[in-house]
Amino acid sequence: MLQKAIEKIDPGVAKIEAGPQETETKHSKRKSEPKFTWCRKHLLGLQDLSREELLHILDTAVGFEEISRRSIKKAPALRGKVMVNLFFEDSTRTRNSFTLAASRLSADVLEFTAKASSVSKGETLRDTARNLEAMGIDIVVIRHSSGGAPHLLSQCIDACVVNAGDGFHEHPTQGLLDIFTIRQLRGDLKGLKVAIVGDITHSRVARSNIWGLHTLGAEVFLVGPATLMPSGVNQLPVSVCHDFDEIIGQMDVLNMLRIQFERIGSPVLPSVREYSRLFGLTVDRMKRAKKDVIVMHPGPINRGLEIDSEVADGPNSTILKQVSNGLAVRMAVLFLVNHAAADKTKRSEATVEMI
Amino acid sequence: MTELLIKNGRIVDPANNIDMVGDVLVREGVIRELGKVNGDGREVIDASNLLVVPGLIDMHVHLREPGDEEEETIASGSAAAVAGGFTSVACMPNTEPTIDNEATVDFVYRQADRAGGANVFAVGAITKGRQGKELAEMGQMVRGGAVAFSDDGEGVQSASVMLHALKYAGMFDKVIMQHCQDNALAGGCMNSGYLATVLGLPGISPLAEELMLYRDVQLAKQASARLHIQHITTAGSVEIIRQAKRQGSKVTAEVAPHHLLLTEEGCRSYDPNYKMNPPLRTQKDIEALRQGVADGTIDCLASDHAPHLRSEKELEFLHAPFGIISLDCALGLYVKALIETQTIDWPRLIEMMTINPAGILRIDRGTLSVGARADITIIDPHHSWRVCVDEFKSKSRNCPYDGWELGARAVCTIVNGVVQLQLISHKCGS
Repeated sequence: MLQKAIEKIDPGVAKIEAGPQETETKHSKRKSEPKFTWCRKHLLGLQDLSREELLHILDTAVGFEEISRRSIKKAPALRGKVMVNLFFEDSTRTRNSFTLAASRLSADVLEFTAKASSVSKGETLRDTARNLEAMGIDIVVIRHSSGGAPHLLSQCIDACVVNAGDGFHEHPTQGLLDIFTIRQLRGDLKGLKVAIVGDITHSRVARSNIWGLHTLGAEVFLVGPATLMPSGVNQLPVSVCHDFDEIIGQMDVLNMLRIQFERIGSPVLPSVREYSRLFGLTVDRMKRAKKDVIVMHPGPINRGLEIDSEVADGPNSTILKQVSNGLAVRMAVLFLVNHAAADKTKRSEATVEMI
Repeated sequence: MTELLIKNGRIVDPANNIDMVGDVLVREGVIRELGKVNGDGREVIDASNLLVVPGLIDMHVHLREPGDEEEETIASGSAAAVAGGFTSVACMPNTEPTIDNEATVDFVYRQADRAGGANVFAVGAITKGRQGKELAEMGQMVRGGAVAFSDDGEGVQSASVMLHALKYAGMFDKVIMQHCQDNALAGGCMNSGYLATVLGLPGISPLAEELMLYRDVQLAKQASARLHIQHITTAGSVEIIRQAKRQGSKVTAEVAPHHLLLTEEGCRSYDPNYKMNPPLRTQKDIEALRQGVADGTIDCLASDHAPHLRSEKELEFLHAPFGIISLDCALGLYVKALIETQTIDWPRLIEMMTINPAGILRIDRGTLSVGARADITIIDPHHSWRVCVDEFKSKSRNCPYDGWELGARAVCTIVNGVVQLQLISHKCGS
């Protein structure tokens, strides 16, 4: 009923909501299967997502990509909704990307910058969450230095929670946009060889990529110094390699992680030049790679450290494409979680009516 | 003249190798008779089908006083002890200020007197301010009544400081109790390994515990001193202690209920009630710890009762403080971990909770010998009950066992001849 009413008032809503689904049928090879329904109101990580769920987000994002190419880059899908960027850690790219994604879908955006809650007796994350809820927030995008903070948040508020990076745990929208980019260029991920290169121990980007790529059938290789491989890494669905040159020739994708400068000179990394020589994607090393290898980086890049400028700006690089794809993927995620939450509300309202 | 007669209980007193059905007569706070005692005209507790054991001792609790009285006080902590069947507890010195001098030790005893709950024994810090640098005034603290020394919460990082501490405490026949953790390999918030990697939480390696433990065993040998290892958690630690004992080292060890019952899997939910230091490990470690209890490698059971404010335990996993409480329900937990799994029998369990800690702390408790102080616990070994943290006497609620079904409970706690907890019938003599 409600849906119909909205359609009458604003045909744009229906058009946009139908948009991604049309694309899905166009691309989908499984037309006869029953229609998939997305029902998660939170996106906390990629580890628990099924193949169908991952593909559904990616397909939905294909539909949203088109909006960025319109002259008026705006759709009304989240009109009247409020999204908050709750960032306990510095971020420019991810934060801007979420802000832009939300505003393209016509949501109102609240920026909330907080200090990491290390002051144990100050306002807790729960307090902050309850305050936001009192203001009528619909979606919380959270970045936090503690793994699991988005889980905690999702347990104490009704709003949708989207993880924008938590500790070393996950950065699901980054994982999704990386996978989206690969899929855009290669279609199916099955059997593709993807190397994730760098500091795996402290990387939430690596973890989200590992889970998503594995579920979609790609073969994941972790490359980096032994001092930056997390404990228990052999139990992950990956191959571990400390000699980049040994495997670079077989790879379809090279995802170069950013090296945090505070690791240099600590017990884990002797120097910039040593890292660059062993694990950097230099012009020389690129010569050993496949001609059509996809070179990725989550940004911001350290030119000359993990990647040479010539390579970062070269023909194989998808670094900027990743940024624009990030927008489409985040629009899809915001749209889907909000939709799931709305569905749940509708269902519970229906139940109340029946009683 | 106050007299109390406990009738027809199964008396288990491992210190005297007693396990028999009989009566215990208490007069003026002292155990007077054991065996068959005439009940005429006396106040009688019927202990049929119940265990009558020496008052239980928990040698590792945090009472947070002075400094963090909003989390626990000596009064609330000693009341929680009584509720759990403990007649004596030894409290750790990581308070604010640190219990590292005679005046603070004295303060603990005065507060315990005022509280009038379980007996409280003060453990002094090994080093000033628990900084691991200079020895604290152990001699003065011994005069004030300190029963042992520990920097608990921190391991003494310097081998040299530790060696001196062992030698120094030895002069007073006091034990050094070490929280074994090499900070260089710790620094995380849960067990290191695959699960920590998946959850994106920094880990604490089992080696952090085992390396310091191995080091300290060697240091204690060098110093010819007694060494007690607090809350051991890993299979490797059990093996190091087993070998040390085999070679005649004067090393003893304790294990906490959570390390016998819970694994790192609890961290999966990011619930800070599963965050403790040392961290929860794996099922394999639990099996090894139980084996260590069974073969005598581990000497004592100690709760590491660590109260924290609810608001602090509601923080993100990384930022929440370490520790959980269990004084109110520890006995039932040990029974679940060790008796219900047929790892040990009741006399061995009672030994680990009475005479063993008493011996390590050199305190005059832990037995039902005639002439001993009347600290007595009566246990119903078949009492099914559900843990409800809101009913705890402790001021804090950071307990992952809320809602657990347990199969045994202390039903009567007698401290110095005074009945402080009574969940069973109690009548004046006919």
